[in-house]
Amino acid sequence: MTEVFGTYGGRFVPETLIPALDELEQGWRDALADDDFHRELHHLATTYAGRPTPLTLAERFAPGKRIYLKREDLLHTGAHKLNNALGQAVLARRLGKHRIVAETGAGQHGVATATVCARFGLECVVYMGEEDMRRQKPNVERMKLLGAEVRGVDFGTKTLKEATSEAIRDWITNVETTHYLIGSCVGPSPYPELVAELQSVIGREAREQVLAVEGRLPEAVVACVGGGSNAIGTFRGFVADESVRLVGVEAAGAASLGTGRTGVLHGARSSILADEDGQIADAHSISAGLDYPGVGPEHAWLRDTGRAEYRAATDEDALAAFQDLARTEGLIPALESAHALARARDLDAELIVVCLSGRGDKDLAEALAALGLS
Amino acid sequence: MTKTLVIYLMAEPETPELARAAVDGGADVVELGFPFSDPLADGPVIRRAAERALSRGMRTRACLEVLGRTREAVPETPLVPMTYSSILEAYGWDRFAVDAHMNGATSLIIADLPAGEGPELRRVQLVAPTSTDERIRLAGEQTDGWLYLVTVAGITGARGDVSPALPGLVERARRLTDTRLYAGFGISTPDHARAVGAMADGIVVGSAALQAAENGPDALREFVGSLRSALDAA
Repeated sequence: MTEVFGTYGGRFVPETLIPALDELEQGWRDALADDDFHRELHHLATTYAGRPTPLTLAERFAPGKRIYLKREDLLHTGAHKLNNALGQAVLARRLGKHRIVAETGAGQHGVATATVCARFGLECVVYMGEEDMRRQKPNVERMKLLGAEVRGVDFGTKTLKEATSEAIRDWITNVETTHYLIGSCVGPSPYPELVAELQSVIGREAREQVLAVEGRLPEAVVACVGGGSNAIGTFRGFVADESVRLVGVEAAGAASLGTGRTGVLHGARSSILADEDGQIADAHSISAGLDYPGVGPEHAWLRDTGRAEYRAATDEDALAAFQDLARTEGLIPALESAHALARARDLDAELIVVCLSGRGDKDLAEALAALGLS
Repeated sequence: MTKTLVIYLMAEPETPELARAAVDGGADVVELGFPFSDPLADGPVIRRAAERALSRGMRTRACLEVLGRTREAVPETPLVPMTYSSILEAYGWDRFAVDAHMNGATSLIIADLPAGEGPELRRVQLVAPTSTDERIRLAGEQTDGWLYLVTVAGITGARGDVSPALPGLVERARRLTDTRLYAGFGISTPDHARAVGAMADGIVVGSAALQAAENGPDALREFVGSLRSALDAA
């Protein structure tokens, strides 16, 4: 088997995709060994994406603590998703693929993908559940403006789970010409590792920045976990520092790590929300980006080994943090990131780095209605 | 050697009766779909059939029970459950294989468990037009009785024409393995059956069979009979 993270990971996909995954893995290894690839990524990160992103002390949000926000919300397109999309677009070009398919939940990955496709002149098709198209309308409009075709998925939960399945079905059908630009550290090997590596820039920068300003490592780093890419990118910067607690925060209604069981979804064995027969269960979260019944296999492994701890935040917790950060710091966080903020402020630690994975403009309609402010 | 006709049915309470009709119409093998909530290899017809079966409570134990009753309905016909890894992961891989066999399964097909993964589970392997020669050889070595040729890079469901990728795949599989080759995905009409039967040792018909089965056992028997006649003329 090709499990990478303990017994988690693997390639549970139809045979049609195996040669493409082999090709991707080889292309990825070649790219990692190629200085030109790293130079190109660095150039794009600094001249196009806006890296490095700053580290902001949120004094008024959490009095009595020193909570630093890693500002991925300031990255171009408004979320950490661009780190991954840029890297995979460069990789797709190296592999000679001119068509990109992607799935999106909150729409942030869809926007990032549409953006890099525009930048590199690649054809772009994004699958999105119709429920998510409703609650993240501004991102649908952005994708269309950027030249992507957004295909609504109108069956099942009409959210990220079905959008991912449809993107994979498209990939199976068009695999010769198409790269599947997966948005999180999920899916068949080598995707979880590839996405984690592309997102690890978050943790590397944050570690340097917090050391520079505080002269010591944080007690904990905290990030929200849906599929888990901003969390794994943050954790990778600190995983070797044994004194630093790694804390992932799931949506309470989509806690694949907290309440899930070992299962197989979208090509990998991981911890998933499923019933005792292995049928995938519905997730529920106000945050479309966390509304997913699976999680990256590396997180399941980090949980089992005890290196990382995973907690949950309810919709109400997230909404409160969403509003509080806006009013105390002048920062409107993505509802996803608000889950991390909610648990960071009640964590029994003083010096904390939180990944502010995205900005919340996309969530205004949903959040204001839920807060009774609209 | 006569060409083999494999008919796919979704496991539901009516399946034993439908399997009987398919065999009466000329099916040699019956594949029994154990529904999964997120079937990556399947197009809309089988996906919707799976959704319906699940909504009727067709979980693993109920599917095994239907398998057992289908075995009684068609005592001489090979029965092959087709499902996804998540079902086996939850039930237990070995336990599933044992219980499926106890209920009359002659083999298994796991749509998302490619050759090389889980080699200890004896099953029918699939190869696709994208498979390398090396993978076709591996699948041929590991497969159980016959090799399932996926005619096209794509998901299950009817298509207008037989895939142009199939002749090349059959030619490579003939060269690389000694096993019997049954082709499936997109085969929905007697014309398709005849054309594919001229190349492969058998055909698998899924989505079109499910659609025929919607109209009851007589309609299914008639549809399968039309495939049988076409295949025998191949």
